[in-house]
Amino acid sequence: MSPVLFELLLRSIWETVLMTAASGLISLVFGLPLGLALIATERGGIAESLWVNRVLGAIINGFRSVPFIILLVALIPLTRLIVGTSIGTWAAIVPLSIAATPYYARIAEVSLREVDHGLIEAARAMGGNRWTIIREVLVPEALPGIVAGFTVTLVTLIGASAMAGAIGAGGLGDLAIRYGYQRFETSVMVAVVIVLIILVCGIQWAGDRLVARLDRRG
Amino acid sequence: MNQHITASREIADPPHAGPDLSQDVVRLVDLRRRFGATPAIDGISLTVRKGEILGIIGRSGAGKSTLIRCLNGLERPDSGKVFIEGREISRLGERDLQPLRRRIGMIFQHFNLLSAKTVEDNVALPLKIEGRPKAERLARAAELLELVGLSEKARAYPASLSGGQKQRVGIARALAARPALLLSDEATSALDPETTRSILALLKDINRQLGLTILLITHEMEVIRSIADRVAVIDAGRIVEQGPVWSVFAEPQSDITKSLLGAIRPQLPAELAARLLPASGAETILRVDVAGEAASGPLLSDLAIAVPGAFRLVHGGIDHIQQQPVGTLFLSVAGSDASHLAAVITFLKARQARVEVLGHVASPV
Repeated sequence: MSPVLFELLLRSIWETVLMTAASGLISLVFGLPLGLALIATERGGIAESLWVNRVLGAIINGFRSVPFIILLVALIPLTRLIVGTSIGTWAAIVPLSIAATPYYARIAEVSLREVDHGLIEAARAMGGNRWTIIREVLVPEALPGIVAGFTVTLVTLIGASAMAGAIGAGGLGDLAIRYGYQRFETSVMVAVVIVLIILVCGIQWAGDRLVARLDRRG
Repeated sequence: MNQHITASREIADPPHAGPDLSQDVVRLVDLRRRFGATPAIDGISLTVRKGEILGIIGRSGAGKSTLIRCLNGLERPDSGKVFIEGREISRLGERDLQPLRRRIGMIFQHFNLLSAKTVEDNVALPLKIEGRPKAERLARAAELLELVGLSEKARAYPASLSGGQKQRVGIARALAARPALLLSDEATSALDPETTRSILALLKDINRQLGLTILLITHEMEVIRSIADRVAVIDAGRIVEQGPVWSVFAEPQSDITKSLLGAIRPQLPAELAARLLPASGAETILRVDVAGEAASGPLLSDLAIAVPGAFRLVHGGIDHIQQQPVGTLFLSVAGSDASHLAAVITFLKARQARVEVLGHVASPV
């Protein structure tokens, strides 16, 4: 592989890592509260409001049913509004975050729902309010699942970021298409695949380690 | 009259000297709650006096869980009133219930400990909710873990504890905020008999040492027998019987109480019961229930002297409940002579025993 291509590979790795990390972080910051809102407002939840629950659910389902490649293009006006441009790595972070947030919200919702209802009842019996229940019971008890779900979301984001080349965001997927496929640079294709495998395995390994450390359920 | 004596004694005695009967910690007035068409609680009124252990027993589905949850507002009654330390709480909003719940500790059948927190953090949680400083929380947690005998497990996680240890942590947690009332929701139902005994002994200890009022619900008469002062039997959402434990045990009125007692009171051995005939036979089998004075005296030897003739003790025994002897004896009276049998029954009844002719057997047992 030529030094030029090697430098391109390094830059693409950085772009992929940046896109994944930034949109992953944003999906965590917005997705977890959204997941909490979903289980809090459901029937029998700590802030039951079926109306809010249905609206939130519909919005999440709406975003989740649009294929990412379409979302990428459809969100261009919003991206321009937020980032100032619709092209480049930072511009890709907007649609990636908007796709990953409802995805992660659903994963967080599943983990949070698995928290034993008896624990919530115990916290209520102690005189805890909703905030106490969220902070002391729901989030800590669901944390292994919340972290495991975040790992899955990051891996999914690495895959999704490959499509971001469509709006000139670069990244490993873009490199593989333009050099490995279109210019028959097999070495680039192989290198990209190897780097992706290492990235995904690394994230999964780190996530699993963290879950094992957090899980006290014996 | 009694109230007056108690009140005047209060002045002389230091506080917490004994159960103060002048104040009801809990008073329920005609409580009702239905789920759909079926009433879970169908007009329950009862009081829990300060310092006592009141046991509520019933089969599963009798409305016990709903009832106990009405006391700390986890469940809202459809009608009726719930007074906790004189204050009516059934119409309070969630925000007003929160400080009140801190006055009421609760322990659960499945312990409900937070798996992500250490034992000491679990115990300290009610104080964290109250907003107490960390040093105070940990000091109180250490004190309570000492009380329940789990000091060395302070830094362990609940997953590493046995069921009995988990319930001890649950009890320590329930006591953390110095409650006026402890609610126990089938706290020993998930434990083996030996662990059950140790947990009940701990609860009794806490009741005596701290003067803590305890209301417990259970489906096991053994639990009532070992620690309750008074018992209320509920069935289909209603109280069918209540009173001091020994007197309910000695003279159960309702069928449900009798059947719940069946598990721990002597029963006629099955092979003998199978041989019972309704008409006359060689021997007559009597069931004799005695309590209090009747059970303390030499009842059987007196009977042998007063009514000469053969009778034998087939089965039974005397139990001690709240220091009161309560016994059930099965006697076999020989012969088909009706006047002899009548003399036996008359003698026993004169000694305050309750006698029931169960039937006859053809050949001696």
